[in-house]
Amino acid sequence: MIWAWILIAVVVILIIIFIGTYNGLIGLRNQVKNAWAQIDVQLKRRYDLIPNLMETVKGYMKHERETLEAVTKARNLAQQLSSAGAGERGKAEGELGMALGRLLAVAESYPDLKANQNFLALQEELTSTENKISFSRQYYNDAVLRYNNKTQMFPSNIVAGMFRFQGGEFFEVTVAEQREAPRVSFT
Amino acid sequence: MWEQIRSNQIRSVVLVTAMAALLLLIGYFLGLYFFDSGVGGLVIAFAVWLIMSLVGYFQGDSILLSLSRAKKISRDDYPRLYNVVEEMKIASGLEKMPDIYIIDDPALNAFATGRDPNKASVAITSGLLQKLNRDELQGVIGHEMAHIKNRDVLLMAICSVLLGTIVILAWYASRSLIFGGMTRSRSSSSRGGGGGQLQIIILAVGLVLMILAPIIAQLIYFAISRKREYLADASSALYTRYPEGLASALEKLGNSTAELKSANQATAPMYIINPFRKKGMRAADLTSTHPPISERVRILRAMGGGASFNDYDTAYRQVHSASKGILSAATASAVGSVGLRAASTAEPAVEEHKSEKVERTREVSDVMLRLNNYQTISCDCGTRLKVPPTFKDRRVECPRCGRIHTV
Repeated sequence: MIWAWILIAVVVILIIIFIGTYNGLIGLRNQVKNAWAQIDVQLKRRYDLIPNLMETVKGYMKHERETLEAVTKARNLAQQLSSAGAGERGKAEGELGMALGRLLAVAESYPDLKANQNFLALQEELTSTENKISFSRQYYNDAVLRYNNKTQMFPSNIVAGMFRFQGGEFFEVTVAEQREAPRVSFT
Repeated sequence: MWEQIRSNQIRSVVLVTAMAALLLLIGYFLGLYFFDSGVGGLVIAFAVWLIMSLVGYFQGDSILLSLSRAKKISRDDYPRLYNVVEEMKIASGLEKMPDIYIIDDPALNAFATGRDPNKASVAITSGLLQKLNRDELQGVIGHEMAHIKNRDVLLMAICSVLLGTIVILAWYASRSLIFGGMTRSRSSSSRGGGGGQLQIIILAVGLVLMILAPIIAQLIYFAISRKREYLADASSALYTRYPEGLASALEKLGNSTAELKSANQATAPMYIINPFRKKGMRAADLTSTHPPISERVRILRAMGGGASFNDYDTAYRQVHSASKGILSAATASAVGSVGLRAASTAEPAVEEHKSEKVERTREVSDVMLRLNNYQTISCDCGTRLKVPPTFKDRRVECPRCGRIHTV
């Protein structure tokens, strides 16, 4: 009789652990999805801001055609890849970030442009969007790390294997120079 | 980052329970003395606490915000502040954007409020907005976000309501024990001798309790508050990946002497720095809601190469030369190694440009004028006229070029 009760208790405990693990995995996966959506919002916002920036800047920066074209090109490329996976997208977004950084750095040497209210507002928006992208990336990567740990570590990996929870992909901006803030010297 | 909230909660729950026990003890003695039954006192203590808690829970944030005369702003009022808050909202993984308030006060301070992370507000003084650059502002907002995210706001609200109840009960009880005690004990002793001895013991214990309880409760309250400040600092460093921002912001806050007019003792732990601090407060000060600023700055600056909780914990141990850290072990190892980022300004802002400061001051005062319903008219000569709402005339003359504008 006692053995039957112990057996029942063990089974109940196992079921509870199982449910907890499964729900935990679902929660983590949703967190990753949600974090990815956050990045997406910010990246789209950046695509939308760039044409405005181009319009404002065009009249002032007549001699910077190459810089401007590089930004437009990078933007279009990034937008085309917007449904791709995290790895491929990171590369395109890295290029865009680089090109934009160069443009904003060059803008420093145009005092007229720096006095333009419209440009200042856009600059604030762009700077903030860059920050938001990196913060949401930071949050996303943390979420992926937690999710991956859970899917790979024992014993939750058993549940993960049963229900095909496959870890997420980190979002890395893979341009080597991008890791450092652009440095500009005016000599 | 998520385990930390839980492990800290256990400790906080113990302390809150201690406060609640103190409250019940007071209630019990009150009941024993006044109604000859401890249960009656318990019921009264509980009722007072419940009413205060309900008011605090549903109205606390609006009471606090109106007490501090904070004005709500929207994105268009001040895009830079809104953006910084949104950045920190994203970094902390908060689901809903908190409301942003500005307090028109030259003192440097900020606080967060709201009963849960989905209904939170951040308030910041206009003085602080003028003094801080973007990185520093980010650090401060990150600290406030951490309070929201870690549910410190609710915890501190619970604690301050408990503290308030204890103080009120003890105050009334000690008054009536001292002034009303004589008549009461005489009437009961005439009823029959035996209870007299017991009565005196209860009276003595009650008196001691009434005097000590508010003090003990306050010490517990402060202990909880201080621990939360460290955690919020560590979280801010983790969110921004840039501890120097918060460190230099705290330094600026510490150097200012302006006192916040609209703060009081009960709301003090809500602020980023203690609004009533004195210069050069001692490190181990038990009676302080916040750790000393210099120490918080030293810890943040000592966070060598990383921004994780682990780095903060190491830095804390280093500054205190103690073996025991401030964050629990589970917390510290929750997030692995976390790199720092570079300052957002292209050149390291050792000496801030003067023009930048002037611009920021102008920007903030413009925001404040707009919030107070001043009307801005741009004149063709480049002057901008700010017309107060009390201005009655329909027309106003530009003081520089003499053009006439209609209001």
